[in-house]
Amino acid sequence: MRKIKTKPTPEIVEDVHHPLERYFRKERLPHIWCPGCGLGTAMSCLAYALEELSLGVDDVSIVSGIGCTGRLAGYMRSDSYHTTHGRAIPFATGLRIAMEMHKPDHKVIVFSGDGDLFAIGGNHFIHAARRNVDLAVICVNNFNYGMTGGQVGPTTPLGAFGTTAPYGSFENPFNLVYLAASSGAPYVARWTTLHTRRLKQAMMEAIMKPGFTFVEIISPCPVNYGRRNKMPTGLVEMRYYQSKSVIRNFADPKDAEIKPEGEIIVGTFIDEDKPDYFDIYRHFVEQMNQEK
Amino acid sequence: MVTGQIAKRWKTSLGWITIVDSLCKGCGFCIEFCPLNALEESQEFNQHGYHFPEMVNPEACVNCEYCQLVCPDFAIWSEIEEEHPD
Amino acid sequence: MRRSTLIDPAILAGEHFLNGDVACAEGAIAAGCRFFAGYPITPQSEIAERMAYRLPRIGAHFLQMEDELASMAAVLGAVWGGVKAMTATSGPGFSLMMENIGLGIMTETPCVVVNIQRGGPSTGLPTATSQGDMMQARWGTHGNHEIIAYAPSSPQEMFDLTVKAFNTAERYRLPVLIMADEIVGHMMERVLIDPDKIEVFARRKPTVPYEEYVPYKPGKDLVPEMASAGEGYRVHVTGLTHNELGYPDMTVEAQDRLINRLTQKIRKNIDKIVEFEEEGVDEAEVILVTYGINARTSWRAMELAREKGIKVGMLRLITVWPFPSKPIIKLATKVKGFVVPEINLGQMVLEVERVVAGKTVVRLVPHAGGGIHRPEDVLAVIEEVVG
Repeated sequence: MRKIKTKPTPEIVEDVHHPLERYFRKERLPHIWCPGCGLGTAMSCLAYALEELSLGVDDVSIVSGIGCTGRLAGYMRSDSYHTTHGRAIPFATGLRIAMEMHKPDHKVIVFSGDGDLFAIGGNHFIHAARRNVDLAVICVNNFNYGMTGGQVGPTTPLGAFGTTAPYGSFENPFNLVYLAASSGAPYVARWTTLHTRRLKQAMMEAIMKPGFTFVEIISPCPVNYGRRNKMPTGLVEMRYYQSKSVIRNFADPKDAEIKPEGEIIVGTFIDEDKPDYFDIYRHFVEQMNQEK
Repeated sequence: MVTGQIAKRWKTSLGWITIVDSLCKGCGFCIEFCPLNALEESQEFNQHGYHFPEMVNPEACVNCEYCQLVCPDFAIWSEIEEEHPD
Repeated sequence: MRRSTLIDPAILAGEHFLNGDVACAEGAIAAGCRFFAGYPITPQSEIAERMAYRLPRIGAHFLQMEDELASMAAVLGAVWGGVKAMTATSGPGFSLMMENIGLGIMTETPCVVVNIQRGGPSTGLPTATSQGDMMQARWGTHGNHEIIAYAPSSPQEMFDLTVKAFNTAERYRLPVLIMADEIVGHMMERVLIDPDKIEVFARRKPTVPYEEYVPYKPGKDLVPEMASAGEGYRVHVTGLTHNELGYPDMTVEAQDRLINRLTQKIRKNIDKIVEFEEEGVDEAEVILVTYGINARTSWRAMELAREKGIKVGMLRLITVWPFPSKPIIKLATKVKGFVVPEINLGQMVLEVERVVAGKTVVRLVPHAGGGIHRPEDVLAVIEEVVG
């Protein structure tokens, strides 16, 4: 134990501003997320990523679906679109294509949760990945439907408890990394909210890389998931990540499956160069122009 | 985040760490995962009843910004003092 | 996909022999539509196919999505990306689009949704006509809302009313429906396209800088000015009940203010929105209330009745929603009755009955779908009403 020494007295300062404040709709903060929830961490990493990319609030649009993560778009200063449950990606596809017509370097980021993107929105996810539409899709995976009170979702580990699985979830969950990779995404990464710096780096890469880029963020949900699964606080869940996560860049996406009490492999799994939707489309339009 | 919070600021070797007590929700992330154990949980409460962090070891802090990134409530951040070219 | 060299003129000027679906696509393009997202479904596919052919040639974008949910979402996204956009479908797809049409209403996103109706319910009669989605058009999406829907009776109107739908959508900022049917969609007729007569209503952009811009502050006709993505207005758009700043505000007051404004912006402007045609109604003793394809079959019935000396007039609804009640109220006390032929078992007739409120007889001429009325069947009901 360190010897107790006199604590340094802080300076009291007035009118302080968070360094990333310009990215936040500060008039809407503090946000609604629970103590220990990782969404605030994901949001600060996003803001930090945008700042390091020197992307201003007007260079980016954020699209989100319904759920706790869905509220994130509303807390960011950029043009933000809080769409219907599961439909963030098709909305963003339309938005991104329209922007390509008059502001092609405008970034469109989809920020949503595991239920929104992979249960009701799953069909849209795999098709957008197949098309390699130029979107950065960031999924905050907290293993349950938090907003609606802790129901199990498509990523809830086998045997984990939720309000709709009081005896333990008896379904095999998705391996989101494997799903994204097999659908054709040229960039797939997974980090937890513990790995803030690498998460921010992954977001930067995903935002800048053309095509359908995917980042999974494993994030604590103490009040609804953790509480029912022996992780009563965000801190306990973060410690779990600390003990279970293993950084293995370019591991086989198949191995990224999260088994109960098993390893959580994090890192960049896929980072390929591949013509994106607009490259292919432009080629066909040029061909059409020649034929006339 | 009311504009212009009242906050506490500690001088570190490279700059400052600022903590806005009232925004903290006591998740403990910054305290637990600060790589240099510069933060500890305060004995006092904020108006919501949460123990906010306080800087106990500013000399150890290297402004690595981990606390700023991990804080879900944007209640703590780091600033680097710009060298003034004389 | 920079704007490619424009191979085609946007407006297909001149006199053409087109089927209704193609005419609809051409009307959209003439009105400035530069994005189409849709999903194959009979009897609408010709619209999508025409768009797939034409849009790339005018620097615009066609997108076939994985389903109708995605199609409607993509249309909304494209509109917030600053372009005019539409989708087209039929009954089954129309059902899938309901939630996002609601999102379009709640976020005041101007766009056009075309429903080429087919036999229903369910898979029904994919290649055959019906008018069975009229009430779904009005109340299909959940929650309190207004809707605007046009009912074309010919390929020419498929062109003209699609242009009008886009203009109305931009003027009042909501999804506007075209409620056509398989026959109007598939029949081929002459379509005259005169570019000088095509009025295009541009999107109402903000007239104030960012600092003063309040995204959902009611402007002219209770309609807010619209800022799209990347224009520096930093708008938050949400399907949640929101205040004038666009921020979620789930209070009774915010709901009251928002939902009443969204409703009043249509009701207050109802006389500017509603359109109908009257033929020989002044001296008529019986009025045929028709819309869409049933106006064509009923015209023949009217001729047959007149040959028999029966004084018959026709009120053709061009906007089916909002329902044109004024002309009916005016005639209700003067005629022996209204005859309402519909290719369903009674939907718009319910509105006629509501508005007539017992002042005179209202008789439906039903048809379960898959075909159109035989003029004789309509005539028989006219004769019963005349007595």
